[in-house]
Amino acid sequence: MDENGNIDEQLFPNGLTDAQITDMYKQMSFARAVDAKALSLQRQGRFVTYAPLLGEEATQVGSAYATSKDDFVVPSFRQHAVFLVRGFPLYKLFIALRGYEDGASENDTPQKANMTPEIVPVATQLPHAVGVAYAKKYNKENSAVVTYVGDGGTSEGDFYEAMNFAGVFKAPLVLIIENNQWAISMPRKQQTAAETLAQKAIAAGIPSIQVDGNDVIGVYKAVKDALTNAKNGPTVIECLTYRMGLHTTADDPTKYRPDADVEAWKSKDPISRVRKYLEKKGLWDDAKEKQMQDEHSKTIDDAVAKAEAFVVDPKSMFENVYSYVPQVLKDEEDEAAANSFWQGNV
Amino acid sequence: MQMNMVSALNSALDLAMKENDKMVLLGEDIGEDGGVFRVTDGLLGKYGKDRVIDTPLAESGIMGTAVGMAIGGLFPVPEIQFAGFMYLSFSQIVNHVARYRARTRSSISLPMIIRTPVSGGVRTLEHHSESPEVEYAHIGGLIVVEPSNPYDAKGLLISAAHSKDPTVFLEPTKLYRLFKQEVPEDAYEVPIGKANVVKEGDDMTIITYGTMVNVVNNVVLKRNLSATVVDIRTINPLDEKTILDAAKKTGRVLIVHEAPLSFGIGAEISARIAEKAMFELNAPIMRVAAPSLPYPLPGDEQYYVPNEVKVSKAIDKLLSE
Repeated sequence: MDENGNIDEQLFPNGLTDAQITDMYKQMSFARAVDAKALSLQRQGRFVTYAPLLGEEATQVGSAYATSKDDFVVPSFRQHAVFLVRGFPLYKLFIALRGYEDGASENDTPQKANMTPEIVPVATQLPHAVGVAYAKKYNKENSAVVTYVGDGGTSEGDFYEAMNFAGVFKAPLVLIIENNQWAISMPRKQQTAAETLAQKAIAAGIPSIQVDGNDVIGVYKAVKDALTNAKNGPTVIECLTYRMGLHTTADDPTKYRPDADVEAWKSKDPISRVRKYLEKKGLWDDAKEKQMQDEHSKTIDDAVAKAEAFVVDPKSMFENVYSYVPQVLKDEEDEAAANSFWQGNV
Repeated sequence: MQMNMVSALNSALDLAMKENDKMVLLGEDIGEDGGVFRVTDGLLGKYGKDRVIDTPLAESGIMGTAVGMAIGGLFPVPEIQFAGFMYLSFSQIVNHVARYRARTRSSISLPMIIRTPVSGGVRTLEHHSESPEVEYAHIGGLIVVEPSNPYDAKGLLISAAHSKDPTVFLEPTKLYRLFKQEVPEDAYEVPIGKANVVKEGDDMTIITYGTMVNVVNNVVLKRNLSATVVDIRTINPLDEKTILDAAKKTGRVLIVHEAPLSFGIGAEISARIAEKAMFELNAPIMRVAAPSLPYPLPGDEQYYVPNEVKVSKAIDKLLSE
């Protein structure tokens, strides 16, 4: 789908319905609304540091939408939309964004959505994905693993090691490079002399393709095809997208990124092109848009309220390190608890 | 049956794999070759290449893959060929193996056994002789064990195979084939987190582990000393009670390890005794360890690794205080 919402019928994925495209449109819009809310709450001091996804909705929603429930997903740190598409509850994401491990605890764990939590050290999650894929193959499961890395992450050793292991193991794995053109302040062309990031897979003996990461249908098809082929081995997919916002809320891109660069990508917005497509087909209008946005606002506000109602028990910190609490750690916990965890005034 | 540490470990792995069909071994040269020390010898033939995996040469890849295997429900046993190369996987161990349970409030745990040969004294090339235990014990989240004899090696490994926590299992290279011991052929557990009081005596308490247990025992035997000797066996979590009881019993404490002196396990044990038993001591706590410098090339090894002379002189000083 191009920027004006026109479809190339020859490339159109088999069986994808307008209802599904509408659904993906709603999911992308929801992700954008969640993103704006998270940014705003961070600015108010209610959330900790946050990595916005603005501009990358098609890469995340299209890829996640192509997965089945039984597939397992190992995200990096920016794939909030992937969690949402896979049914992970928003309030749990928000608990994590309040700075608590409980975002991944008890009921509604990432594992229930067949996911790991978000992984922060760059590219270290990729070998994990290979290991989960190995376990699936070992257990003779038919499903596969999808994992994500940014353009900067493709310079890391774990990226190459993971591809190499995946190739040798013929692991049922789809490795998505979410190339948003910026690794904090480093532009893509300074990250590597390689012409594309997808070509890095060639050395590991893995097939790879590039796809327009702002085209939700293109991403969906590329990932769907790779998943269908996963029983034969891994695929690397480079999604070309653009980080319209900040690296994280601790970042100021005006220091290193020209405005013109950002402006040029505005016309390639991943959401507006789908709206154009749906409007042309008579499937969408202003009234529907308003209704959807109102629903999203309510859902998000409810999740914020639920997340903000959460009260942490600092004992959890001590009691989830090992499968039991060793005596030496118990002594530290007891002392802290007896002293109200050192809160109050000197 | 008489076994050295290599055959005891091999027996433990065999029994653990037989018991748990989700257990897989992965590492460099562990399959066809049976491992460079032959600890995994014969297991490929018995359990097949899906369970005894010769991996590409990449330590971080091995460790990261093991993390994913554990998330996927397997019980991985990654082997890193030498502890000196384990630093290439240190990021995976510190950032993920140690933290996954804490980071997910126990919704995801990573039962696994990370095996690697440690310590020197066998004139190997550089990067093959380090004693890195403190580096793994300091993080929190990792069980760290180091056996000093074949019996404990087998029993601790079987306990680790039954544990739900990730264990860093350090195998002293020098002890692999140094001596044999009567070891049961069947499975048995040596408890993790429990120090072993090797012998009881009245004049001093010597706390040690790994390669130094034999060195200490030899000195005690040769000089006919009345010493309480404690082999801590599990480095993290420490069996503080056994350590404190042993320290209080004699009032004189010497801590002996092969790893460098500064910021070492000895400092940790010493601090705990000072905090909790200081007024029951008759002399300052003493430590014997390698000098605070990187492990030398093998030519200087005999001047670096603590030996019986060094331990004996420290005992003289401890008794004269």
